[in-house]
Amino acid sequence: MRARKAGKFSLPAFLFPEIRAGRLFAAAVSSEQTVWIRQQLIAWLHMEMRGKGMAKEKKAKTGRHFKTPTELFFEALGNSIKEIGTTFVHGDWKSKLSYVIFGFGPLMRGQIAKGLAFLASEILFFVYMITFGGKYFSKFSTLGTIATQKIKRKTVYGDNSFLILLFGILTIVIIAAFILVWVMNIHENHVEEERLKKGKSLPTNRQFLASLLDSNFDKTLLALPCLGIFVFTVLPIIFMICVAFTNYDANHQSPTNLFTWVGLENFRNLFSFGTNGFGSTFVTVLIWTLTWAFFATFIDYFLGLAVAMLINKKGIRFKKLWRTILVLTIAVPQFVSLLYIMKMFANDGIVNAYLMKWGWISSPIPFWTNPTLAKITIIVVNIWIGIPYLMLIATGLLMNIPEDLYESARIDGANSFQMFWSITLPYMLFVTGPFLLTQFTGNLNNFNVIYLLTQGKPQSMQLTGNAGYTDLLVTWLYKMTVTDTNYKMAAVIGIMVFIVTAVVSLVVYNMLPSVRDEEGFQ
Amino acid sequence: MKEKEYASMSKKRAIGNAVSYIILILISIIWLFPFFGLVMQSFRSYATEYGGMVNYIIPKQFSLDNYRFVLSNQTNFLQWYKNTVIIASFVAVLQTLIVLCVSYALSRMRFTGRTFLMRFWLVLGMFPGFLTMICLYFLLKQFGLTQAGAVPGLILVSVASCGMGYYVCKGYFDTMPKALDEAARIDGATRAQIMVQMIIPLSKPIIIYTALVAFMAPWCDYIFASYVAFGNDKSYNVAVGMTRWVWTNDYQGYFTRFCAGGILVAIPVTILFMCLQKYYVEGVTGGAVKG
Repeated sequence: MRARKAGKFSLPAFLFPEIRAGRLFAAAVSSEQTVWIRQQLIAWLHMEMRGKGMAKEKKAKTGRHFKTPTELFFEALGNSIKEIGTTFVHGDWKSKLSYVIFGFGPLMRGQIAKGLAFLASEILFFVYMITFGGKYFSKFSTLGTIATQKIKRKTVYGDNSFLILLFGILTIVIIAAFILVWVMNIHENHVEEERLKKGKSLPTNRQFLASLLDSNFDKTLLALPCLGIFVFTVLPIIFMICVAFTNYDANHQSPTNLFTWVGLENFRNLFSFGTNGFGSTFVTVLIWTLTWAFFATFIDYFLGLAVAMLINKKGIRFKKLWRTILVLTIAVPQFVSLLYIMKMFANDGIVNAYLMKWGWISSPIPFWTNPTLAKITIIVVNIWIGIPYLMLIATGLLMNIPEDLYESARIDGANSFQMFWSITLPYMLFVTGPFLLTQFTGNLNNFNVIYLLTQGKPQSMQLTGNAGYTDLLVTWLYKMTVTDTNYKMAAVIGIMVFIVTAVVSLVVYNMLPSVRDEEGFQ
Repeated sequence: MKEKEYASMSKKRAIGNAVSYIILILISIIWLFPFFGLVMQSFRSYATEYGGMVNYIIPKQFSLDNYRFVLSNQTNFLQWYKNTVIIASFVAVLQTLIVLCVSYALSRMRFTGRTFLMRFWLVLGMFPGFLTMICLYFLLKQFGLTQAGAVPGLILVSVASCGMGYYVCKGYFDTMPKALDEAARIDGATRAQIMVQMIIPLSKPIIIYTALVAFMAPWCDYIFASYVAFGNDKSYNVAVGMTRWVWTNDYQGYFTRFCAGGILVAIPVTILFMCLQKYYVEGVTGGAVKG
């Protein structure tokens, strides 16, 4: 009666679709689609680490060096530096002049479109630096020194630290991009010279433009999305990471006040356990965040599995009806259903009202105002939200378990509990391991449920930074940004969320059976 | 002997099924109860009864007062509704287009920096989204897209970063055989032609799925929407506008009106979801099954 022995299907061909299905659902389940991404990162880190181990093994075996992704990156970097040198030494005068005037070589060789693009980017860069970027970049190290003053009832604005920080970062990135374009420009010259030396002709402008729809189609497709992600995600994230090292808060709001670099001060504050420090609050919130994620993930998982099995059971009719009833929870916008449930359990809500009417209790149960009870209620309500998703996922997966596994178990005389314990559960855990991890990290950042139900309340005098007993790190971060305008600490918490998510994922990922023991379920 | 055993087994099964049905009915009641309550309370008049919290579910008298209020000029509900529909439609269309482009490039083409790009987006995804709120607000303000211009602002922000959500769609593209592309290329088709004429017509489920998910999201968007539209009632979306009716103490008696508004929001979204549920599940599992 061992599942491992009974099954004859092999892992890669049979199981991978299911694993992927789990991941797909995870992406659909979370309000942020990015949850799935986290797991990918871990896969990469894993590859990096395993690469090191494999490197030693392979070297011992074959004598050849096995490269990790990072090593490959540095190798590529080295190659392009080498190319810059060799092109300058061996190149013709057109190429040499291209080192100063971008695109000169291509222009002289008749590559008008490419040459003009390079030249235009150089001109644009200098125009940007002189008219706009330069003045912010020069103040980047101090974030401004001239304070805003009031001279004779008139406000004379000084430096704006916010703008200096933001545009300073932008300028740094643009300088990096400029260097990249320079390298590309040299590479282009090198390639053209090589082609001409071999006696081949260069592609015409028309061919080059046409290639944007064919061999270079990727650049056309990705240009706009990359630009959007850069302006609206990359730039803000770098900005906020920098804010964690400044004193930007309610007392240092630009444009009226300056803020400046303070080094690791904010991080020290986060880990100081004195009366004013954030230490104890941070630990409280962190513990609740982890507890919540654990219960929200596993209780939902097992109950969802149970419900799916119940509906899938032979002899149960109206399967579609039961599923539809549950799926209704996914379809109705969460802010409607969750706010209604919040009111249902309120002190004057319908649940307390009926319990009092029936004489079961004399005073309302403080579902949301008692810290412990509030935590339990949140977890219970989350079951209401979580089961339908898990039911949908599990339904598909359960159907994939080969029927002959159960058949042979039945012949061996196993009862249904034994079958569940040694076939269904191991199979499900194995297949949905990565999915569970994404669920867990998703729950660590489950803003909607917490905020719509309690807004982090009940609040406490013992906690600093407006934190309440049901606050997760992300809701606390939100409150600090919006209510307290304590941007520096919000940024620090944001970095902490990043670290917690990364660490948890990394640790759990290495514990997953499907990772540790890839051949396990054969 | 055997017949007896069989009879006892079928009896056992019947009892098991009965228990299962009872559990399923209980589950259904629990899952449907909030919706039942929502509908019932939306029919309780705030004028003749009370609009706040009461200790009974079924109203003493069914009335449409709440719906009348919500649809009248007394609130901006219709404006909020319009805003949300506009945001949701634009986001659904543009996001689908961008996700298709990114997925195609990452799935079908091999270029330098491809893995780097994917890993870079991966790391970005590990930062909590709210972290960037202040900065985004400032950026939008520079373009005049906050407060009165919050609707285009919200569309811009949702669409700008959606390229990172390519995973589901790329997974689907990955399962389409590469031989299709190669055959078309031998026939002289360009990459762009392959994408438009071949891949996209084959990806109906994933397109509907992407659009559906994108369309549903703005209906729940409270956090960023409330920050961007802060103080400008006319550019709220339904979530921001109606959440006040529940949270703020000044709106004690607005609870039933919230229920009515909630029903009006939930009905079209729910119907849409239920109609496209097939594609939702198909799109989600489709990529897996086809492999």
